[in-house]
Amino acid sequence: MKEGFRQSMAWLHTWSGLLVGWLLFLVFAAGTAAYFRDEITLWMKPELHAAAHPSVPQTVALGHAQTLLEGRAANASRWFITMPSEREPAVRASWMPARKKDAGEAKPRGRRRFESAELDPVTGTELSAPRATRGGDFFYRLHFDLHYMSPLWARWMVGVAAMFMLVAILSGIVTHKRIFKDFFTFRPAKGQRSWLDAHNVTAVLALPYHLMITFTGIVTLMFMYMPWGVQALYPSQDQFFTDLNNALPADAKPARRLAPLAPLAPMLAQASAAWDGAPVGRVTVNFPGDANATVLISRQAGRAIGYDQPTMLFNGVSGRLLSSSTPPGTATETRSVLYGLHIARFSNPLLRGLFFLSGLAGCAMVATGLMLWAVKERQKHAKALARGEGHFGLRLVDGLNIGAIAGVPLAMAAFFWANRLLPATMPERPDAEIRWFFIAWGVSALVALARPSRRMWQLLLALGGVLFALLPLLNAMTGGAHLGTAIAAGLWPVAGFDLVTLALGIALLFAARRLGRPAAIKKAPVTHVTAEAA
Amino acid sequence: MADAIRTSGWAYRGGVLARAVAAIGGGYAVSALTAATIATWLPAPRVEAAVTGTLTALIVYPCAVMWCFAARSAARAWVGLIVAAAVPACALALHGGVA
Repeated sequence: MKEGFRQSMAWLHTWSGLLVGWLLFLVFAAGTAAYFRDEITLWMKPELHAAAHPSVPQTVALGHAQTLLEGRAANASRWFITMPSEREPAVRASWMPARKKDAGEAKPRGRRRFESAELDPVTGTELSAPRATRGGDFFYRLHFDLHYMSPLWARWMVGVAAMFMLVAILSGIVTHKRIFKDFFTFRPAKGQRSWLDAHNVTAVLALPYHLMITFTGIVTLMFMYMPWGVQALYPSQDQFFTDLNNALPADAKPARRLAPLAPLAPMLAQASAAWDGAPVGRVTVNFPGDANATVLISRQAGRAIGYDQPTMLFNGVSGRLLSSSTPPGTATETRSVLYGLHIARFSNPLLRGLFFLSGLAGCAMVATGLMLWAVKERQKHAKALARGEGHFGLRLVDGLNIGAIAGVPLAMAAFFWANRLLPATMPERPDAEIRWFFIAWGVSALVALARPSRRMWQLLLALGGVLFALLPLLNAMTGGAHLGTAIAAGLWPVAGFDLVTLALGIALLFAARRLGRPAAIKKAPVTHVTAEAA
Repeated sequence: MADAIRTSGWAYRGGVLARAVAAIGGGYAVSALTAATIATWLPAPRVEAAVTGTLTALIVYPCAVMWCFAARSAARAWVGLIVAAAVPACALALHGGVA
């Protein structure tokens, strides 16, 4: 019976993994990149590389933002000011333009266009408008909203894939009798065994991470996937989210009487002092210039693991404190920590780097798992294949494997190249960059499905590798801060991007080269396909 | 792994399908009932109870899926799920009756 249990779990592991593997690879790759969302965005706006960013008191930066907004967005219904941080050196002021009669409402959530400006926090001068790009936000959204489809459908698809993955991980642990012993086992150049060992090592090495990231990923959207607990107690989800986020009730309305906005800087100072001097992350002004104006100030991420940051609400006219967020309850705090763990905004650069490496291990785990299925299947049909008979399922999996595992990195590189090579002022630029991602990926997938061969692996991996490895050069030649100046100036986000893409490019080229030496793999023992190895 | 289980024939395929439906649909139903039951019965502020129920449901679901494929037969998988669903369903009905 015990053996039977492990075998059925092995079966479950194999099939639940295979069915969603390709989508998971994309989700893992995009999510891993999204850890460095801000850095990617900065790299993709070379116009901002030159600005020097010595630190300045937050009150000064906020004063500059307020001046700009009062001049330019006096009629806006809401202002958002994102304070500078180590990762985003500029202060960003954005506003929701006053709603016109014909616009708004009908547009889907999150699509209402904000207008924004980026300021030098020291001088208050507006930074030359950088090229329009989605930057790292593209990967962040791709990670759960995919693209060219309704976010609702995409989130369900990603959620289903994540649940499959959770089941695959749990059943994988059960399947694995000798989890520690196998961790120290690597038998290179032995075909199926090597793929199995590689799958084990990448999976077990970062196992706590994989479990955590999959579960917390589901947690981030759990009220959509599993609304029944909320529905049992709340008449509407909006009401629940107001409770959950400790938020301003949605029915707050402007008084439609003019009243000057109080200076924001003293409110910021008061909030920061209440949080033991922690920096402020975001300042939201509701109904600026109205008698009912309120100012919501939230702490900067990075002080605690939790996603929810404490907030303070001020009267916008008198500047008096109206309320502070109450400490959350146990369950709410648990959810906040799980959510925070997933998006890792709390982490310092070193920890963030480890998260990134674990994410890469996740990509490798999914990739080696997919490879393992194909290699095993090929052995099952070895005789038929030797006679030259095709096998549809195997061919399909091979093609999809190449299209996903070699195609996604290639598409990412194409996205970065498009960022620098498309004219800086072209209309609809962000969409054009994204289109190049999908053109590169689509072409890779098509040629891979047409000719799923070892040569195709090599070709696409090498192409992706070259494009990645040359990104630092492209950066230097198209107006960015190149490695020499970036390192000298301590501009680590940009230098880090160049170094990491260079390393990824070399890794991809190395993989392509390895695949060019098939001799060792051909000699792989085809003898007993072990049950325990499944 | 395939050696021990017969991997051909309609009986086998039907069994896999029955288990998959039990796992995906039945498992979801069990966890949804769990979420609603914990949310209604937990003596805590509304928001806390709702979050606790939802989080618990996310743990129940994968366990239910694994049960469906670990059970000796598809029929046993279904019986197990029905028993697991009956407990929160009764608790929920009881709450509705009391309130």
